Amino acid sequence: MTETFSPRKYLRGITPPFCPGCGAYTVTNVFLKAVHELGHEDLRKFIFCSGIGCSAWIPSPHFMADSVHTLHGRSIPVATGIKLVRPDANIVVFGGDGDIVGIGLSHFIHAARRNLDILVIMVNNMVYGMTGGQVAPTTPFKTVTTTTPYGSFEYPLDATKLAVTAGACYVARWTTAHPNEFKMSIKEALKTQGFRFIEVVSQCPTAFGRKAGFKDAGEMIRWLRENTVPVEQIEKMSEDKLISKIVVGEFAKKHRPTLTETVQATMREAKKKIEN
Amino acid sequence: MKKTSTTNTHFWQGNEACAEGAISAGCRFFAGYPITPASEIAEHLSKRLPQVDGTAIQMEDELASIGAIVGASWAGAKSMTATSGPGFSLMQEGIGYAFMTETPCVIVDVQRAGPSTGQATKCGQGDVMQARWGTHGDYSAIVLSPNSVQEMYTLTIKAFNLAEEYRTPVILLADEIIAHMSEQIVLPNPKTLKIINRRKPTTGEKAFFSSYEVPPMPSVGDGFNVVVTGSTHDQYGIRATADPLVHRQLVERINGKIQNHEKELADFETYNIKECKVGIVSYGCTSRTVYDVVQNAQNKGINAGYVRLRTIWPFPNEIIEKMARTAKIIIVPEMNLGQLYHEVKRATKGHARVEPMNKIGGGEMITPEELLTKITDEGREYD
Repeated sequence: MTETFSPRKYLRGITPPFCPGCGAYTVTNVFLKAVHELGHEDLRKFIFCSGIGCSAWIPSPHFMADSVHTLHGRSIPVATGIKLVRPDANIVVFGGDGDIVGIGLSHFIHAARRNLDILVIMVNNMVYGMTGGQVAPTTPFKTVTTTTPYGSFEYPLDATKLAVTAGACYVARWTTAHPNEFKMSIKEALKTQGFRFIEVVSQCPTAFGRKAGFKDAGEMIRWLRENTVPVEQIEKMSEDKLISKIVVGEFAKKHRPTLTETVQATMREAKKKIEN
Repeated sequence: MKKTSTTNTHFWQGNEACAEGAISAGCRFFAGYPITPASEIAEHLSKRLPQVDGTAIQMEDELASIGAIVGASWAGAKSMTATSGPGFSLMQEGIGYAFMTETPCVIVDVQRAGPSTGQATKCGQGDVMQARWGTHGDYSAIVLSPNSVQEMYTLTIKAFNLAEEYRTPVILLADEIIAHMSEQIVLPNPKTLKIINRRKPTTGEKAFFSSYEVPPMPSVGDGFNVVVTGSTHDQYGIRATADPLVHRQLVERINGKIQNHEKELADFETYNIKECKVGIVSYGCTSRTVYDVVQNAQNKGINAGYVRLRTIWPFPNEIIEKMARTAKIIIVPEMNLGQLYHEVKRATKGHARVEPMNKIGGGEMITPEELLTKITDEGREYD
């Protein structure tokens, strides 16, 4: 760790496609810094999976590693297949909110239920950014997007609550205005086992910010910082006050047998029964 | 004295034979979602795969099932899923992804009567065109059609071999009748089985998506830093979503590697095609009626012959044209409203008249009597 951090050694050197001010730059940088601080000289120990959307491009093809860029919403099923064949694989899934809890929601719940041993990093920019800024399951109530020109009339989904309920072993939420806390969570998650989920609320100045009334990325990051509430403080707050806030912090930290372990244990027991 | 062993002779259900064929072919990963009439494949593999250090898992839906087998294949395992019409429809996007990423895997579609939920427990042959054109974009499929429990075994092995050889998804297009019936099967000596495994790259190789017709395939986790994507990509797997040449080269190559091998891929059996005046082209369960009828037709003085297709796609044009040069009329019996009929008609190039014979509903097969009447009626004018 004495060596100074440079994300370049983990990257292919291909120019990223992200807009100026995109949160994906922060996510990339923070993830690679966490990996660096954990002592990884390269990304050989990892396999990256992603779906379709801007955030899916964070690892693919930019990380100098194995990466599988799958279909919209299907990164977790593909990761399931890889993990079951190679139980030793350290799989990290990157995806946007539309990818992970929109079209791919059912896989997200089932992977948490199974306790599939992977880390899912969901970059929540609250909008379908790649397609031009349509409303997402995570868009705040009343927000103007291209498909909700009069404001969104739906309430957003809390992905962390869902992950906790479905049985995830590690769940945290931060924003791109919390790079240090986000980094600590990545390090924590990479050291733990089971289904791990980190949501990072991120700014999309192009497709979200412009319609929603933000001047630039800087203003969005400021908004993210000012609109967050640490999970420790929510008990004192009324539901009305909480509705417009982003709750950040760690929501679950536990151990239970992973899918890899339960598969192996079940088969071991079955073998014993047959032998006796 | 030579002893005749009967230990390799079994009385199996078609779906069971398919599952055992997969294991013999080296399949070690199965992911599926329950659906009639394919569920027995999942049930049998769930029991059998762990016994050979493989894994079977029931996923949350068919989208996840096809995703998981693609992931498993990239992790180095031969993998399979099994479904029926509705599930096959749900898998189409994933099949296109497997095709675009050149992922060997086997998809079994045990056909039932559609459209939609249709008659879920009854046989149909309505997925012939879906198997060929189901996913979006320019796509080429290898589709095999078994007509016995024995072939549920041998063609499953063949499906895996072709998937590995051509680095592409292969579809085993079975039907409810073949999958659910039980009959005698004789298992070949495992030592005599021809098993093909994908070509792995050597150290230092970096082009996993071209420079050869079928490029070598690394596994993730083996240190090759492989980039897999369903977006148009160059030979290194790097996205090139606007370059016309890269798209043209990639899509033409992955289609060409199948279309250019139509002759090698063609698999069929024939009877009396050099002489026949009345020809029959059939596949799957319907072909079993044909066996019964041809002899009877000949006894009645009608010179009949047949082609029975094991490979449906790529369509074996040559043999149909050959038959059409002798036969005056070709009858295509199918348990749908006419699907392969159109291909047969095209392949005859006008050398013979082509007549569809269709029956749907209740899973009722075309009976020998019905087919014989058709042959007699159509064949009379060519006496």
